[in-house]
Amino acid sequence: MRKGLFLVVVTLVVGFIFSPCTWGAPKTIKIGINAPITGDIPKVGEGTKYAAQMWLEDIKAAGGLDVGGTKYPVEIVIEDNEAKAESAVTTNLKMITEDEVLVIVGPQSSKQAVPAGDVAENYGTPMISPWSTNPDTTKDRPFVFRGCFLDPFQGPVLANFIKEEFGFTKAAVLYDVASDYPKGLAEYFKEAWEKINGKGSVVAFESFTTKDADFSSQLSKIIRSGAEVLFTPQYYNEVALIVQQAHELGWSNPIVGSDSWGSAETVELCGKNCYGLFFSTHYAAAGAKGKTQEFIERYEKKYGYVPDDVAALTWDSLGIVQAAIQSTGSLTGNIEKDRQSVRDAMAGVKEYEGITGKMTFTEEGDPIKCAVIVRISEKGEFEFYKSVCP
Amino acid sequence: MIFFLQNLVNALQWGSFYALIALGYSMVYGILMLFNFAHGDIFMVGAYIGFGVATGLLALVSTGMITAPNWMILVLTILFSMILTSFVGMIVERVGYRPLRDAPRASAAITGLMIGIILETGNLILLGARRVSFPALIQTETYNLGGVYITNKKIMIVVVSLALMLALHQFVQRTKWGMAMRAMAYDYTVVPLMGVSINTIARLTFAIGSALAAAAGILFGVAYPVLDPYMGIVFGWKAFVAAILGGRGSVLGATLAGFLLGFIEIFVAMIFPSTLRDLIAYSIILLILVFRPHGFFGEPYSARLRL
Repeated sequence: MRKGLFLVVVTLVVGFIFSPCTWGAPKTIKIGINAPITGDIPKVGEGTKYAAQMWLEDIKAAGGLDVGGTKYPVEIVIEDNEAKAESAVTTNLKMITEDEVLVIVGPQSSKQAVPAGDVAENYGTPMISPWSTNPDTTKDRPFVFRGCFLDPFQGPVLANFIKEEFGFTKAAVLYDVASDYPKGLAEYFKEAWEKINGKGSVVAFESFTTKDADFSSQLSKIIRSGAEVLFTPQYYNEVALIVQQAHELGWSNPIVGSDSWGSAETVELCGKNCYGLFFSTHYAAAGAKGKTQEFIERYEKKYGYVPDDVAALTWDSLGIVQAAIQSTGSLTGNIEKDRQSVRDAMAGVKEYEGITGKMTFTEEGDPIKCAVIVRISEKGEFEFYKSVCP
Repeated sequence: MIFFLQNLVNALQWGSFYALIALGYSMVYGILMLFNFAHGDIFMVGAYIGFGVATGLLALVSTGMITAPNWMILVLTILFSMILTSFVGMIVERVGYRPLRDAPRASAAITGLMIGIILETGNLILLGARRVSFPALIQTETYNLGGVYITNKKIMIVVVSLALMLALHQFVQRTKWGMAMRAMAYDYTVVPLMGVSINTIARLTFAIGSALAAAAGILFGVAYPVLDPYMGIVFGWKAFVAAILGGRGSVLGATLAGFLLGFIEIFVAMIFPSTLRDLIAYSIILLILVFRPHGFFGEPYSARLRL
């Protein structure tokens, strides 16, 4: 009896292992989505998930992904990285080794994308982070790409914008020292600002650590320093607290942010305090045209709110992935070989016309594209203010 | 000088939260010799219950079923949430601690950690990972007193916290229940023989501690209106530091240590680069503990303990 059971189990296991080879039909293409569904920035995860689901819908409607004349069914594996660096690494590992995904889209923020990119690189799996703006994500990693501009570009864009718009000479910076993205961007901004206004023109360079809720002592210092503008490259949850506390401590000068402000939730949490403030981002929903408008309308109809930049960038990244897979011409079914050929195809994409603008790619796998300065209007909408191109 | 005063005001507000939460830790530790590591999460639950009650009351007002000014809603929110959260505290005690009262202390300590995780993930499942924005019940008014900016919220927070601490002190010192709690802190094996039920006292202790945590949670929501399921973890650890620094089971000690912790954190960031804040702040605390291992008002374990 025991022996019989054992035999059955062995047969089943062996059967499972070899089943994909024995069925002959085109093998499913699996695309991994490494997203922060829970944790600090769940709205980012939600936008990622929704954009991916919309993309999958299109593929399904077309009867699969057409590669060299064969229609492959596509499956999306969405895994939660809890907005933590460690979890993003294990999530990548699991998707590569267990789920055997062909390509990974994500993680979104640099805090997770920088360490997770290392795993993708080591396992030879192409990965594209739609939203990570830190240079380290793709640096010296042929298998890692991104869908957005970089912080060394965004820093000067903001410094120039503030100079041109307000003519200020003294700036203050408040950032989270424990997170790659704000820390990197704070430094790039400081460098660019001091290049324009001379050394010592960043009069306060204050930091805090993730999960802090009280910024009163840092803000008091910033106010005392005589800064004319505050730059804070934080995520939406902290933005709400920083802006409110700054106003309560008597700060009435402009506060400027970066693309991490561009979430649908910023205004919801921050309210009137944030009206009239500026930040740089990847696209502006209000006043969009063509393909971008089409995407926004479809997303809004389906999920009930205007998509934020993460959703738009995820959509574009999936578009790049799709273009790359299709341009391989054929898939062998051997996951390692296919990953290599998809990577080569992605590196070969020289120009892509996405909904967040036209992009060309550098050697490092980074796109060159325009940034948008957005103003939060008196109605709490993200208004297009001006476009800054490299 | 103005800069110093401004930071003093900020520190008073920040310290109020530590003090209120530290009191809950300190009472449970003082009376039952337990580390209730779930206390930081009870603070979170209190804030969320406050969010629910406030949203509910505001909805009732908007439909016209009751009429109440916003300050009254805030008072009602604090009261209802304190009561509801004290029930959460009693359930935690009944489920998590009573069965383990005779178990090794380490088992009881990890119970707290586990209950904390259950509360966090329970909230996550119930409400999702979205952060919620605590309704603005009081219109912020900022007063400029010769360069020092004080808001009506800050005054309210400090006054309500001090009133609650004073009430607790009176309760412990002046009432029969308070006397029973002090007796239990003195010796929780002998006092039950005198007819004081340890179960009742344990329940009462948890209820009071949780009610204070709920008050802290709502005041926190008023000052920092972004709530998330993990907001209590680090905050709880730091308040635990304050509780130990105050001395075992000392109401006055926990209050003072809570404020001290707030002051140290704010003033270290004021003087040194803010990057070094926690490093320097907690080195100072460590140094204090080296010289006063039993905290400000604690006594060596060989001596008799008092609340």
